[in-house]
Amino acid sequence: MSILVNKDTKVIVQGFTGGEGTFHAEQCMAYGTDIVGGVTPGKGGQTHLGKPVFNTVKEAVAATGATVSMVFVPPAFVGDAVMEAASAGIELAVIITEGAPVRDMQAAKACATKNGMMTIGPNCPGVITADECKIGIMPGAIFKKGNVGLISKSGTLTYEGANQVVNEGYGITTAVGIGGDPIIGLSYKQLLQMFQDDPETEAIVMIGEIGGDLEIQAAKFIQENVTKPVVAFIAGQSAPPGKRMGHAGAIISGSAGTAKEKMDALSAVGVEVVVSPAEIGKAVKKVLS
Amino acid sequence: MNIHEYQAKQVFAKYGVPTPRGIIANTPDEAVANAKELGGNIWVVKAQIHAGGRGLGGGVKLAKSLEEVKELAQEILGMTLVTHQTGPEGKLVQKVYIEEGADIKDELYLSVVLDRAAEMPIIMASTEGGMDIETVAEETPEKIIKIAIDPAFGFQGYHGRELVFGLGITDKAEQKKMIQFAQKLYTLYMENDAEMIEINPLIKTGAGDFIALDGKMGFDDSALGRHPDIEAMRDITEEDPDEREASQYGLSYIALDGEIGCMVNGAGLAMGTMDTINYMGGTPANFLDVGGTANAETVAKGFEIILKNPNVKAIFVNIFGGIVRCDRIANGILEATKMVDVNVPVIVRLDGTNAPEAAEILKNANIDNVIAATDLGDGAAKAVAAAKGEK
Repeated sequence: MSILVNKDTKVIVQGFTGGEGTFHAEQCMAYGTDIVGGVTPGKGGQTHLGKPVFNTVKEAVAATGATVSMVFVPPAFVGDAVMEAASAGIELAVIITEGAPVRDMQAAKACATKNGMMTIGPNCPGVITADECKIGIMPGAIFKKGNVGLISKSGTLTYEGANQVVNEGYGITTAVGIGGDPIIGLSYKQLLQMFQDDPETEAIVMIGEIGGDLEIQAAKFIQENVTKPVVAFIAGQSAPPGKRMGHAGAIISGSAGTAKEKMDALSAVGVEVVVSPAEIGKAVKKVLS
Repeated sequence: MNIHEYQAKQVFAKYGVPTPRGIIANTPDEAVANAKELGGNIWVVKAQIHAGGRGLGGGVKLAKSLEEVKELAQEILGMTLVTHQTGPEGKLVQKVYIEEGADIKDELYLSVVLDRAAEMPIIMASTEGGMDIETVAEETPEKIIKIAIDPAFGFQGYHGRELVFGLGITDKAEQKKMIQFAQKLYTLYMENDAEMIEINPLIKTGAGDFIALDGKMGFDDSALGRHPDIEAMRDITEEDPDEREASQYGLSYIALDGEIGCMVNGAGLAMGTMDTINYMGGTPANFLDVGGTANAETVAKGFEIILKNPNVKAIFVNIFGGIVRCDRIANGILEATKMVDVNVPVIVRLDGTNAPEAAEILKNANIDNVIAATDLGDGAAKAVAAAKGEK
């Protein structure tokens, strides 16, 4: 067991024939991901990396039965691509692209929700179920199979966290990089619930950052819904307060989004909060032994 | 990207959002000429910098004669204005905006920003205009009205009604003017990919008109490509020169006041590295994210920028190589030490893909001031010790 994706997941790549799409699709296939084809408008009918290329997501889904799309299209076209995936019946879009306009992602997320499609990202490393399926750009080799679920806003901290868990003799069920953009898809709450429901996952690592209040919401959610042990790290305790023009963004959530505020909220609900990411592995060992 | 008040007001005017008349000036003489052109007998001389709180900092002043316009422009132009948003170093004032005086009856607050939780734009308004809105939010949160607008359906009548009744505006004509004001502001927020618009104060005149007396706008950097007119408003003198130089090489750099230079891949790990240094009793000299495609040139540039800071006593290179192979980074570091004179200890922690090969490369190179670290904790500890002059 695992969450979201496994060895049977059929994946297409939007932006399949581009440089990034090609490189990472190859890496994913080498990891064992069942990439069944890709979409590049105008290149339908061709074969790329031994897989069929389609002009539209609709055609790709009809021909391959894919349920997940890995999105590598350039930033200006991400909103469009995600909406296309949603309308074609894709169940999960993993959006790797960095630099998508917020307005586009707002519309794309609303469209995805309306069509019942889950999204991960944008601007994220993707999702990986250890030894089964990698959809994204993370170095597959460090993710060894085990019983720890991982959720992270940051890409390299995902690797750092997973590596420490593995070095302590444990392993990963599924790791999800949710991205840190203003509008993101699956967030802590939904993923915490999935890990709580996954029989194989015995502990959860959540890595957050300063800004916004997702971690505060996660703390409330953990208190009410999560019985498995959770280890958390919040990056940015030493970050200086930003020199911003206005502070309207922080006012809305009623929270300044400081690391301390988030760490306190998580500690208060029994989460094992570490002050340095170098302590993640040890904390996992502590909660599991 | 942020723009100046006078530029924000140009955008407002384009959408029919009422603003006082005003003209930008670079010199005291221009300021006087602008005041003459505007006419009247009262003007406001306003420092143009990318920060709020200008009035309290002495950057906004009232002039009752042309002589006074000149005096105030002389005083404000060239001053280093310190406000609660500039940091203690303040910002140099290079332009002043000369504006006609306004007949202020009431001061309100209005802004449009993205509500991340609702995942849609939100209009925030308050009767407590002219005050620091953070103080209002803290002390009297009930005085802030929040109205979320779903872009799929746009600005509706009820949004307007919630706004005017919330602000206690009872006069029919005034209600209509306020609703139109807010609707135009929402439209320009959406059409220009704004990140935030803030008007504080938005005034009601004696005649019952609503006017944007101030204006702040920030834009989504990722969308600037489709707004060349907005991008043309960029004022690079408002940006930190080192941060700007770094960004040209794909590096994200922020100077801090500690002693340990940091070079890390990924913003989260970069912050985590700073946190670890602090935790171990050291102080980070900077935040530096070299991004996902670090090579010899970017690493060299990183060293160069870090070493410009005279406080740096050691550098901690912390790279978790994912797709980037560690052996290439190691070679990059060796190359960089040839390109840049690195005169402080460099603690290197390379993990991930091809980490053993990387360790071998650094070991064989046998450079005196390059110290290898096995993991994040070890590296941070060695960097803290090195900065304190310990081996």
